[in-house]
Parts: sequence; structure tokens; C-alpha cells
Amino acid sequence: MDDMSRKPNALDLHIPKPRARPGDKPDFSGWSFPEPGDTPKPDIDESAVEMRDYAYGLIRVLDMEGNALGPWTPSISPDELRRGLKYMLLTRAFDERMHRAQRQGKTSFYMQCLGEEAIAVAQAMALAPDDMCFPSYRQQGILIAREYPLVDMMHQIYSNALDPLKGRQLPIMYSSKKEGFFTISGNLATQVPQAVGWAMASAYSNDGRIAATWLGDGSTAEGDFHAAMTFAAVYKAPVIINVVNNQWAISSFQGIAGGENTTFAARGVGYGMPPFRVDGNDFLAVYAVTQWAAERARANLGPTLIEHFTYRGGPHSTSDDPAKYRPADEGRQWPLGDPIERLRDHLVSLGEWSEEQHKQAQEEAVELVRATGREAEKVGVLSTEAPQKRAEMFEDVYKDVPWHLAQQRDEERKPWPA
Amino acid sequence: MASMTMIQALNSALDTMMERDPNVLTFGEDVGYFGGVFKVTEHLQQKYGAKRCFDAPISENGITATAIGMAVYGLRPVVEIQFADYMYPGYDQLVNEASRIRYRSAGDFTVPMTVRMPYGGGIRGGQTHSQSPETLFTHVAGLKTVIPSTPYDAKGLLISAIEDDDPVIFMEPKRIYNGPFDGFHDRQVSPWSKHAASEVPAGYYKIPLGKANVVSEGEALTMLAYGTMVHVALAAAAEAGIDAEIIDLRTLVPLDIETIVASVEKTGRCVIVHEATRTSGFGGELSALVQEHCFYKLEAPIERVTGYDTPYPHSQEWEYFPTPPRIIKAMRRVMEG
Repeated sequence: MDDMSRKPNALDLHIPKPRARPGDKPDFSGWSFPEPGDTPKPDIDESAVEMRDYAYGLIRVLDMEGNALGPWTPSISPDELRRGLKYMLLTRAFDERMHRAQRQGKTSFYMQCLGEEAIAVAQAMALAPDDMCFPSYRQQGILIAREYPLVDMMHQIYSNALDPLKGRQLPIMYSSKKEGFFTISGNLATQVPQAVGWAMASAYSNDGRIAATWLGDGSTAEGDFHAAMTFAAVYKAPVIINVVNNQWAISSFQGIAGGENTTFAARGVGYGMPPFRVDGNDFLAVYAVTQWAAERARANLGPTLIEHFTYRGGPHSTSDDPAKYRPADEGRQWPLGDPIERLRDHLVSLGEWSEEQHKQAQEEAVELVRATGREAEKVGVLSTEAPQKRAEMFEDVYKDVPWHLAQQRDEERKPWPA
Repeated sequence: MASMTMIQALNSALDTMMERDPNVLTFGEDVGYFGGVFKVTEHLQQKYGAKRCFDAPISENGITATAIGMAVYGLRPVVEIQFADYMYPGYDQLVNEASRIRYRSAGDFTVPMTVRMPYGGGIRGGQTHSQSPETLFTHVAGLKTVIPSTPYDAKGLLISAIEDDDPVIFMEPKRIYNGPFDGFHDRQVSPWSKHAASEVPAGYYKIPLGKANVVSEGEALTMLAYGTMVHVALAAAAEAGIDAEIIDLRTLVPLDIETIVASVEKTGRCVIVHEATRTSGFGGELSALVQEHCFYKLEAPIERVTGYDTPYPHSQEWEYFPTPPRIIKAMRRVMEG
């Protein structure tokens, strides 16, 4: 080949880089969002093609003073809002204590959802109680909003004698069929196509329940997400696929997952799915969009993709230090505020809440977690001496214990050969 | 009773179960209208409607994962992976998900699904249509792996797999879909209709998982095989005139260890035959188990006759395939040992 034909050579490998790393000032300059209340609300039977623009906007209801504006304002009573606020406070208090418990050596691992509480809590409240959730590891708010016993969550985290999962799972990988909360895997995005399959089964059985599933911005790069989107779209499965874009996948910013040139909601456009992008720190907006998607799914009109635009306030888990990869005050400067404070301000602006009530509710949440923590720790914390019986390790691999597992279970009991 | 090919028997198993249980449904690539590339699901869409037998996008990952979701819901999905060689994009969903959901949820969620897949060589399929990846499944705690060798077994085992409350990998030896291939590629192939095990009841019956079948009793040596290789082993023993006891394992996990041990204790000699590559193949596990259980009864070293540790070749298929001459050599070595 003639070398001249390749000149001038413009090739240079592009590696996306976040705007700010430790030592830099957080930089949100040039970001623009639609004003609260400015985004129109489509009918639930609107065609996906007509909704493409939603992928590039941001649905907002609450302004930064706590006023609810525009057509997405959900009809939700002050009682329900107070309930939502209390669940969020409880989630935050729970996270704070359990994160600390890990630091104190009481368990091996923990993951907070600091700053993302509105997503799980508002969505759990917008869904029907028997809709099936296939969460990732940062939606503990669902269990809290569905009033799963806090103490059982702690027993699981401590792998103690009352751990409902018998010490088999890493802390926070909860499972509760009764609360419609699918066993958390710990792998990423595997739950998304499973949720689609569950939704297909529900449609097949005409039972009226829908599925909802959550994954992070980072794991949208997994094949499972795209398989899920294909199957959901092809079979019009009654499922809500939620991408929680909290900007960070451990130390990789969302640009590494493909968020640099488009939005995660825009993934829905290619699959012919309603592609909503919502302020994830706005309880009312999250609630309203979820309600819309649930209504559409229940009317057999198919799946919806929702990108929740938010910020991961804490570390990825207890195993990383975010000060090593992002500016320490980035979260505090997040332009869309804190979800708890914003719902508090809204209730205050309605005359349905006060600073004193908020402070009291906060203290009650902390006290409830403290008392529950003491109860759980009395049963036990993670120990090298597992409280589970040896035989239990071999159960539930299969429905019945096959001979080869029975042999392995019993080999310790065998005498040494003469 | 009617004489059926293995394809017809598998189709009859699906038909029987879809008739009996509205929670049974089947899907996969080309499975619906067309009835599957090997015709195992033929007429099922016409009979039961598209909701119960349908085409899937070309995504083994999506097929496996959605089947898991359906099984978690309470259905009994039976999915077809068009060739076992295509399973790998869905492998994570088997290893990290299907196999462990019962365990990690302490029995709260279960996955009663069946994953069917044609496997094995001898069809001039080249390296992407000839593989025998059974040990990739037998190595995974929580999965069961089943491989039939006759139409009668295929139907009875598939019904057991569908009714099983755990995920079952159901591997179909596609070389013997239409006739019991004896490994002599240059000889005339006999059709299933000439084989006794092609007589298949029209209705419901089960063959339990975890039970091997002694297909030929003998005193000289024990030969362990499954799938296509059962027929190749039979032909090899007949050709060599060796009084071999041939055991069709039928289920690899859970394995019927009692039948194996009883036989090797009787014969004192053991040859293991499979199509899959040798290193870390299921023959390694069988050999270890026979050694652990029968060491003091063994008269000779255990022999393995397997595919070679190469990708599956196209033009040299009949050098690669464990044909009767290779099996006969191994039997003679074991007899001399």
C-alpha cells in the first residue's frame, strides 16, 4: 500500500477521562438540565418512537426550594410522603451503622446507598407490594420500604445463627421471596435478563404482576443488559429496567461504560423502548416515572427503561477509598442536592413537616437501628467459628443431597483406615 | 408402542409434558414455527400455540437467563441451545446463577429448568458444531447433567429432567439422532427402527436421573460410556470378541456409582470412553472414582479412550473420533495388564 494514502494520520486511541480526580475541583460546568416541571408527561400508550427525546432530557418535579412543579407531580398523600421520608432516613441510619460495624470488624463487607435512597424507596412505594424486584446490591431501600425486618438484614450481614441465608452469602446479598426481593447475586447485571424472564412468565400466566430490576451505569456494558433489553422489547415483557447512573463504578467514571457521548437512557431508543431519564435525587420524579412505567407494563404495553441520574455519595463498598480516585467534596457539590433534604423541604413547604419533626424522625431512625443492632449482635457477629452446622453447608445445592455430597459431608466422621 | 428416532422420542417427551403441565413451555433459536434445526420441537407450536413454543433471539445468554427468570416464577421452561458449542455466551448464567440460586437463597428460590443441547461429533460439523463440553457442566455444583443413548431413554430421561426441581443440562448426542452409529463411518448406518430401544410408549413414563444402564453384561472388563459412545463401545466389543460389560451412565451428575463399582469389582478391568477432550474430561473423574472404590480389585491400569486435546478438526474427524479400532486397542491393553 502507498504510505501517502494514509497521510495525514489522525489516529489516536481515545481513553475517556473524568473531569476531576483527587486534588482537582469538582467540575459540573456546562451541565444543563431542563427546569423542574418543564418536561411534558406522555400518555401511557404513547409510542416509544415519539418518546425518544426523553432520553436526552431529565424529568424533574421538585425545584431546589422544595416546590413540586409540572405534569409529572404525582398524586401522593402527605402521609405517604412522610412514610417515604422515614424509610429513607432509616436506610441512611442503617447504612451508617452497618458501615461502621464492618470497620469495627463485626462483618467482612458492606455497601451503602448514600445519596441514592430515593430511588429504591420511591420505586418500592410506586410498585404494587407483590411486584417482583430483581435488585442490584444498592437497593436495600426496597426491603426497608417493604418493611422486611431490619434485624433479619443484620443477621444476614453478620452471618450469625439467625441468618436467614444460613451464612452462605456475602453480607448485604439479601433474599426474600415473601417481600418479592430476588436473591442478590453479587455478579453484575445477571439479574436483568432474569427479571425479563420472570416478567415474561407473569404475562404468560396472566397474573397481573410486573417485574422491576436495577443495575448500575457501569454494568450496562455487560452483555446481560443488552440481552435483557432485546428480550424485553421483543416479547413486550412487563418489566421496568432501571439504570442507576451514580457516576462511578468503583473508580471508573461513567464515561468508561459509554456515558461520555450519550445518555444511558438513550440505550432504550435503539431497542424501541420508552427511554426516561429522571433526577434520581427527586423522590417525586422517581415515584411518578415509576408509576407511569408500572401502569404501562400492567396495561400489557411493554417495558420501560429508566435512567436515574444520581451520585454515589459513599465508597463503592467497604473495600475502596474514594478519596483515591475522585475529589473528596464532589458529592457535596452535586448540583441536584440530597434526596432526603429535598423531600424534607417539600414536606415543609407543604406545611406537612417541620425542622423539629425531621430532627426527631432522624433520631428515631438512629435509635431504632441502634436497638436493632444490639439485638442482632446479641445473637452474634461474623466469626471464624461459624454457628451453622457442618451438614447445612451441603444442603440446598440440590433439592435432595446426592450421594457424592453426602459422602463429602460425612468424611470427617469416618475413622482413619486401620 | 411405536418405533421412534431419538428426535421423535424427544419431541414426544416435550409433547407429553406440554399436554400434562401448562407450566411447561419451550423456546430457543428456530424452535417455534420451524420446529428447530434438528426438528425436536416440530409441530409443538402448531399444537400448543406460539406462547408455549416460540423462537428466541440469537442470544444464548438471554435464552438461559430468561429461562431462569421463568423458572424462578414457577414455570418449567425447556430451552434449546442450538448446538452445545453455542452454550458459552450463556455459561455465566448457568455457573453463577442457575446452579446457585437455591443455595444462596437458602431454598427460597429454585430453578426447575431444562437446558437441551445437541452435542458431539461424527457429523462433519467442524470445531463449532461437534464439541462435547459435558465436564463444563459436571464441574458446577448445583447442575445435573444427563445424556441419553437411545430413543427410549431419551424420552424417559427428558421427562424426568423437566419434572426435576433443579436445573438440568440435557445433552443430546446428535450423531445418533437418526440411528445408532457404531463408529464405523465407512459402513452402512442402521436406522433406529432396527433397534429394540426405539420402541417408545406414546404416553408418560420416566427413567430416573442418577441410574445407569448395563447395556451388555460381561465378565472380561467394564466399559463406561455415554451418548454415542455406548454404541461405538458395543460395536468395538463385538468386533474384538471381548466379553465386555458395557455401562451406559445416562446421568453424569448425579452419577450411579453403585452400578460402576459393582461391575468393576466383578471384572477387575475398566475402559472409559468419551468423545470429549481428555485433559480434565469426565473420564478423569470416572478413573479417580474407580481407583478410589475398586483399587484392590483392579487387575490392570484403567484406560481412557477419548477425543484428543485439540480443537475438533474437520477433515481429520475420523482420526480424532474415538473409533472402534482405538477402543479395541485399549481393551487389549487392559486385558494384557
